[in-house]
Amino acid sequence: MIPPQFDYYAPRSIDEAVSLLQRFDGEAKVLAGGHSLIPLMKLRLAQPQVLVDINRIPNLAYIREEGTHLKIGATTRTNDLLESDLLRRSYPIFTDAAQEIADPLVRNLGTVGGNVCHGDPGNDLPACMLALGAEMMVVGPKGPRTISASDFYKDTFVTAVEANEILIEVRIPKSRPQQGTAYQKIEKRIGDFAMAGAAVCVVLNSAGRIESAGIGLTGVGPTAIRAVNAANSLVGELPDEVHVANAGRLAEEAAQPTGDLRGPIEYKRAMAGVLTRRVLNRALSRAKGGA
Amino acid sequence: MAAAARPVSPAASLTSAGGTLVHVRVTVNGQPVVAEVEPRTLLVHFLREVLGLTGTHIGCDTTNCGACTVHLDGKPVKSCTVLAVQTDGRDVRTVEGLEVGGKLSPIQEAFVECHGLQCGFCTPGMMMTATALLARNPNPTEDEVRDAIRGNLCRCTGYVNIVKAIQLAGQKMQTTAAGAGGKP
Amino acid sequence: MSVGAPHVQGGIGQSIRRKEDARFIRGKGNYIDDVKMPGMLYLDITRSPYAHAKITAIRTERALKVPGVLAVITGKDLEAAGLAWMPTLMSDKQMVLPTDTVMYQAQEVAAVVADSRYAAADGAAAVEVDYEPLPVVTNPFKALEPGAPVIRTDRKEQSNHIWHWETGDKAGTDQLLTSSPVRVAQDLYIPRIHVSSMETCGCVAHLDSISGRFTIYMTTQAPHAIRTVLALVAGLPEQNIRVISPDIGGGFGGKVPVYPGYVLAAVAAIKTGHPVKWIEDRSENLQADSFARDYHIHAEVGATSDGKVTALKVKTLADHGYTDAAANPSKFPAGLFHIITGSYPFSKAFVEVDAAYTNKPPGGIAYRCSFRVTEAVYTIERMMDILAHRLKIDPAELRLKNFIPPEAFPYASALGWTYDSGNYAGALQKAMQIIDYAGLRREQAEKRRRGELMGIGISSFTEIVGAGPSSTFDILGIKMFDAAEVRIHPTGKVLARFGTKSQGQGHETTYAQILAEELGIPADDIRVEEGDTDTAPYGLGTYASRSTPTAGAAASMAARKIRDKAQKIAAHLLEVSPDDIEWKDYAFRVKGVPTKSKTMQEVAFAAYTNHPQGMEAGLEAVDYYDPPNMTYPFGSYICVVDIDKETGQVKVRRFVAVDDCGTIINPMIVDGQIHGGLTMGFAPALLEEIQYDENGNVRGGSFVDYLLPTAVETPRWETAKTVTPSPHHPIGAKGVGESATVGAPPAIVNAIVDALQPYGVEHIDIPVHPWKVWQILHAAESKAK
Repeated sequence: MIPPQFDYYAPRSIDEAVSLLQRFDGEAKVLAGGHSLIPLMKLRLAQPQVLVDINRIPNLAYIREEGTHLKIGATTRTNDLLESDLLRRSYPIFTDAAQEIADPLVRNLGTVGGNVCHGDPGNDLPACMLALGAEMMVVGPKGPRTISASDFYKDTFVTAVEANEILIEVRIPKSRPQQGTAYQKIEKRIGDFAMAGAAVCVVLNSAGRIESAGIGLTGVGPTAIRAVNAANSLVGELPDEVHVANAGRLAEEAAQPTGDLRGPIEYKRAMAGVLTRRVLNRALSRAKGGA
Repeated sequence: MAAAARPVSPAASLTSAGGTLVHVRVTVNGQPVVAEVEPRTLLVHFLREVLGLTGTHIGCDTTNCGACTVHLDGKPVKSCTVLAVQTDGRDVRTVEGLEVGGKLSPIQEAFVECHGLQCGFCTPGMMMTATALLARNPNPTEDEVRDAIRGNLCRCTGYVNIVKAIQLAGQKMQTTAAGAGGKP
Repeated sequence: MSVGAPHVQGGIGQSIRRKEDARFIRGKGNYIDDVKMPGMLYLDITRSPYAHAKITAIRTERALKVPGVLAVITGKDLEAAGLAWMPTLMSDKQMVLPTDTVMYQAQEVAAVVADSRYAAADGAAAVEVDYEPLPVVTNPFKALEPGAPVIRTDRKEQSNHIWHWETGDKAGTDQLLTSSPVRVAQDLYIPRIHVSSMETCGCVAHLDSISGRFTIYMTTQAPHAIRTVLALVAGLPEQNIRVISPDIGGGFGGKVPVYPGYVLAAVAAIKTGHPVKWIEDRSENLQADSFARDYHIHAEVGATSDGKVTALKVKTLADHGYTDAAANPSKFPAGLFHIITGSYPFSKAFVEVDAAYTNKPPGGIAYRCSFRVTEAVYTIERMMDILAHRLKIDPAELRLKNFIPPEAFPYASALGWTYDSGNYAGALQKAMQIIDYAGLRREQAEKRRRGELMGIGISSFTEIVGAGPSSTFDILGIKMFDAAEVRIHPTGKVLARFGTKSQGQGHETTYAQILAEELGIPADDIRVEEGDTDTAPYGLGTYASRSTPTAGAAASMAARKIRDKAQKIAAHLLEVSPDDIEWKDYAFRVKGVPTKSKTMQEVAFAAYTNHPQGMEAGLEAVDYYDPPNMTYPFGSYICVVDIDKETGQVKVRRFVAVDDCGTIINPMIVDGQIHGGLTMGFAPALLEEIQYDENGNVRGGSFVDYLLPTAVETPRWETAKTVTPSPHHPIGAKGVGESATVGAPPAIVNAIVDALQPYGVEHIDIPVHPWKVWQILHAAESKAK
């Protein structure tokens, strides 16, 4: 219940934050929403000597389309995703996902950045990043760099963000006409970690065939999983039941679940398939202009 | 109204000898206070032990139960997972701040009228969440109410009367607002 | 209510607002962690990561070096004072701190006392303990096999078998079962769950060395019992012990046992001379404090070929953890499990229970269960549905055919209980009408044709509460009466104190309502107090729905004693003989001349200013009520579920609860109890479970994994009532706090099994996780291919 002692800094710029991380090299942790980190510290499972609070850094929370991308700042609160009309209209995958995350109180402080780079396979946004083909912008002692979502998730609680780097923005290719996105998970109780979840992005061409597809899976592997074969199986095809079912089957094959309190292996694997089908159908319906 | 900030000495119950302290200036229920606290001091402990505002409760240690819900700059948050130092320069409201001049808020009245509490332990947090909900959605459906309070666990009531109380409070507030607006 | 009808503000049957709410809604409750005393210290506890291990060393140097830490207490320190072990409420022994062996994961191993909460936590983290793991026993069946590692090496029996208990006619039951044309048998497992009231346990203990007064603020549902136990165990003079149970944030049975933390705080208070506060974290509460259930049941029901029940035989293995620290009445180690014949007239029945030690925390009955009645009702209501399924009789029809009829009461069950009153068919028929049972069955038939899964489940439970008559009930030898002390002041206001202790049940309001009704004084003028052993009359506390049946009755009886005396004062004031006075329409009236009257308030004033000569002044009474019998609330619940065939997820579409708790004191409060109780029945059916792996590691030891229902999945409960008063209770009330927790789980499971009937399913153990359903559906699908 009580964290161990630590020192605290609240820098006012990214550069200051990065140099603090570098100064304390490995002994410091970034504090954004704090709703993954502080609980770990209260249980004394994480004992950083220094916390670098990035909440005072201006211009780090935004949701906007700019040029060819949708850009979301790292300290954007998860509830801001839910409130955004832009996202509801053009990227409803975020509205779906935000609604599923934890509870409204946690979402008032929990950040997009935190949910993206904490590395818990139970987090909901990573699968969305994979489905959308997102890019993560990080800044470190060596300056800024871009990491694509498909290279981002390495292992449970391990991402491509290196020591002393900070995630500052996620970038998603701007929504195209006839694009549909969706997310859903099933859980034992609302706000709990997923038994399985699926994120889907599809784009239809003028002939009504699937031009591109991205599928991400939550909760069925050591990290969020990019169901590559399932997505590829859809490209060029008509969005019919046969192809949806096939994609579901391939998603099952991509899943690598562990049996635990949230379900045995074969159940989670089967649910990866069920959710892929359901979410794919939802995304297709949206691509066609429906809900 | 610029009020002089009240300096508070952190209760002995929170400070370990030898830790570095951080200066915090925060407005609590409209009153500015200043204090020197250990960075690890949880906001809920700061409120309860340093400021003596024991209406905010602790029901778990994993950020699940919501008994500790307070408003931070108007938004309901779990004060067990916020560091007191993070509230520097900000505005915090607790259950003690719901009543004004001894007059209960519509939410408080509705909870009594509808039997929305039994042991009372989850109630402050529940009312803080409800107050924030009604501020942005004065006429929530039952589904919307239940979703808004899903981060506040109750073991006694089964939620039925809590939902009733929140919807009743919303109606009362609208009636008052309409009346105050002098609508015919 | 017609104009002019006699009326007292807040009398029985009125849904008046609760008096206790005034402080809670302002955040001005006085819960244990709100208690602050000058110079108060803090206690935190170092706990074992192992389920079974020898302690080879405890090093306290690092802990003692933590700034603010004043002392570390270990088992060796307690052993020197004869306090390392203490008795449990079931006359077993439990450790306060181990001297050589830990027996469950999260067991208390050392206590740290510090001048701040944060320093105490640092200190507890700094105590170093070396362990040598021992073989772990988690399966109670294996615990009883020959050669199983003995957990309680301190007992002369050198066995993991704690006790065997049985009741009923074994030979007769076997015979009747054998001769019954229909026999159904089923294994049922009810897993361990944890009550998880929103407030955890804790205390503030203080010994004033000058006055010798020992005061302990404590989360306890039974303050007087605690005081007496402290006197006996700690050797403190009982008149100098004060137990104060202030506001309690939910009890449900979890705040009845004496946890090591309380004793450690008391020891630390005595040792340091300062007040010491101990408050446990939620994880400690879930992992170490009293659990509930963990019954492995085998049940067999006999019936005629047209479905009339004949005999019931039940064999149970009870997993008690490392010691028997359940809080049952002493003659009933399996609680009131033998209510298990339920609402049905079994002519023969036999129940046996064996208890086993395992490397888990102790407990057994802390979750709103009326002393194992949840386990009993779950069993019988599941068996009735299994019987209905086997005979292809509608489950409502089977119940209606079998119910003990109203004219059979008082009804003597085959297992020795005398049910006071009941109208089982009335409750079920009402529930069926409200939910349109026939319509639902038609809808189900249609859905089945389309391959959709919908289920309807019934539970027609009989509860047994109000412990209990002194002939059969005691806890550690203390009889289970309860008490009310009522005093009327000169200005006609009332102060009443009780031996029970509300943890949210609203006694400050409901007892005032009973007294209002009996005394003709508005409930607003009546103040009710509980929980301070210095002032409250002796009682056994609040749990197992006993308060209204015992202390509520005592309130009535005390009020009637007051009325007897008041009548004489009224006669004196009205200058007639007391025989010429009657208590009518809330006043003392001259018979035949009702306008010649005196109110209780007028009498009260006279009691201090103008009492008859030869009579004592004052107007008060105490009643210690020994209930002549238990009370038997009952009800019928009907649950409708829909199952998602692809995911196995179960959704409760509707749930109608018809309850009969006899006379209803405050309808709004009664409904609140039912809503809460239903939710605590829903949760074990679908969500809650504390599991252990084979090394005794707990799974589900925090709210991250132990999932309580939120407002989103909790069904929108629909409630209704029938009223069948208890013939032996002064106001006909029966108690209601736990009925819904008892009645709900089988209704839900019956609905799920009913939905899966096309798959030939007869039973699923709780909690019914989606994958349990999915596995059934998936297996059937694969088979079909």
